[in-house]
Amino acid sequence: MKRYSGFSLFKNAFSYHENWEKVWRSPVPKKEYDVIVVGGGGHGLATAYYLAKEHGITNVAVIEKGYLGGGNTARNTTIIRSNYLWDEAAQLYELSLKLWEGLSKELNYNVMFSQRGVLNLGHNLQDMRDIERRVNANRLNGIDGEVVTPERIKEIAPLINISPNCRYPILGASWQPRGGTARHDAVAWGYARAADALGVDMIQQTEVIGIRRKDGAVVGVETSKGFIGARKVACVTAGSSGLVAGMAGLRLPVESRPLQALVSEPVKPCLDTVVMSNAVHGYVSQSDKGDLVIGAGVDSYNGYGQRGSFNIIEHTVQAICELFPAFSRIQMNRQWGGIVDTCPDACPIISKTSVDGLYFNCGWGTGGFKATPGSGFVFADTVANDRPHPLAAAFNIGRFNTGALIDEHGAAGVAH
Amino acid sequence: MLLIYCPHCLEYREEEEFSYGGEAHISRPVDPEKLTDEEWGDYLFFRKNPKGIHHEMWFHSSGCRRYFNVTRDTLTYEILETYEVGCTPKITGISS
Repeated sequence: MKRYSGFSLFKNAFSYHENWEKVWRSPVPKKEYDVIVVGGGGHGLATAYYLAKEHGITNVAVIEKGYLGGGNTARNTTIIRSNYLWDEAAQLYELSLKLWEGLSKELNYNVMFSQRGVLNLGHNLQDMRDIERRVNANRLNGIDGEVVTPERIKEIAPLINISPNCRYPILGASWQPRGGTARHDAVAWGYARAADALGVDMIQQTEVIGIRRKDGAVVGVETSKGFIGARKVACVTAGSSGLVAGMAGLRLPVESRPLQALVSEPVKPCLDTVVMSNAVHGYVSQSDKGDLVIGAGVDSYNGYGQRGSFNIIEHTVQAICELFPAFSRIQMNRQWGGIVDTCPDACPIISKTSVDGLYFNCGWGTGGFKATPGSGFVFADTVANDRPHPLAAAFNIGRFNTGALIDEHGAAGVAH
Repeated sequence: MLLIYCPHCLEYREEEEFSYGGEAHISRPVDPEKLTDEEWGDYLFFRKNPKGIHHEMWFHSSGCRRYFNVTRDTLTYEILETYEVGCTPKITGISS
């Protein structure tokens, strides 16, 4: 892998940038791999990268039915934060945030991680009690955060409406300065490039259609391009997780639903932070390109159509106009949906399964992007050592039968 | 936006009048105390999540406030039938 640097940029300018090395190879699949990662999104690519880098397992393939980073990695609103209430979740997301902080340097790829801060607004007394509780819990876990007043919110985001006379007045917020956004595509590309350099094969346009087992253990995957052997299979397939689990005769407590996002026309810089609200139900930030990136709730019913219901969009823009009356004049450019796998407790499943050599990392629901590095890190460790990483142990699939759920619904300041 | 036919009101109404009730045809265990943790967890949390034909409950929350069942394709979103709770669906199997 040729390193990217100011010098390489300068050098390539002489050949009109036509001779850059391919970012990753497109190899013919080998007959057998030590580990096959099913799903080439951010989490899958991060898993492959950390398998190679942290555990020296380089005979790895990432099998993707479409193209790398073309699913939810490309469809989310790129918000990164770690202000979760419960210890298990907070520690996992905080590990992720710490990895984000060094990621561009580590991958030699600019993921445009921007720690512009995240505000989670409170609009009633119960919101404020929850926010205070969550901020206190965060600080006990070593995560930055503070409770801020409406006046301070106005300083951070001057266009916001803090009038006490509006329908859902803003009473305060939690503020995590280390939170922010990143360039979603770059995360996938950066991990893919770094993993490829360590010897991981990226197999695109290849769909896994079956998981072959022998004596209760995985021996490989059937794909649209034939059988590929593997000692271990790690599934990171988000909205399709239920279908992939079904191929191995397993059931997962996940339901797949569309989560939508939309972006406006590009405008001059007007919002240099991330604003989220549970109560009016919307979140907004401004990308470096200038467009407002807006998201909100997940559809209330199961679906695999990557679009979502119109009424959700309607409620979303209502919420944004409530918070930022000035945005009511901005036109929306594009809207799309991604299929998220929601868990009953709004926490992921990072787990071994009852099939030897088969692992699942799924159930991230509506908030997986921020966890990309940490998810890959703990999952790679779980797969490499065939036991849960200490931070992943609580996220085993058995919790739905023991009852040890990690109830992050609402508690996390998640806006859905 | 789905247009859902309510078998009680005998009319098509917009999706926003309804709320989703999840997978249909799940019967509550008669004697929960006798179940193992696996069986109880399965009953509480494990749902079918098909890409294709799905039988699901809907509640006409802004209308007659009664539950009914819908057979819907989760990929095309086509509603194939609606029927009252307690009836069996005419359409089963996987489409798409």
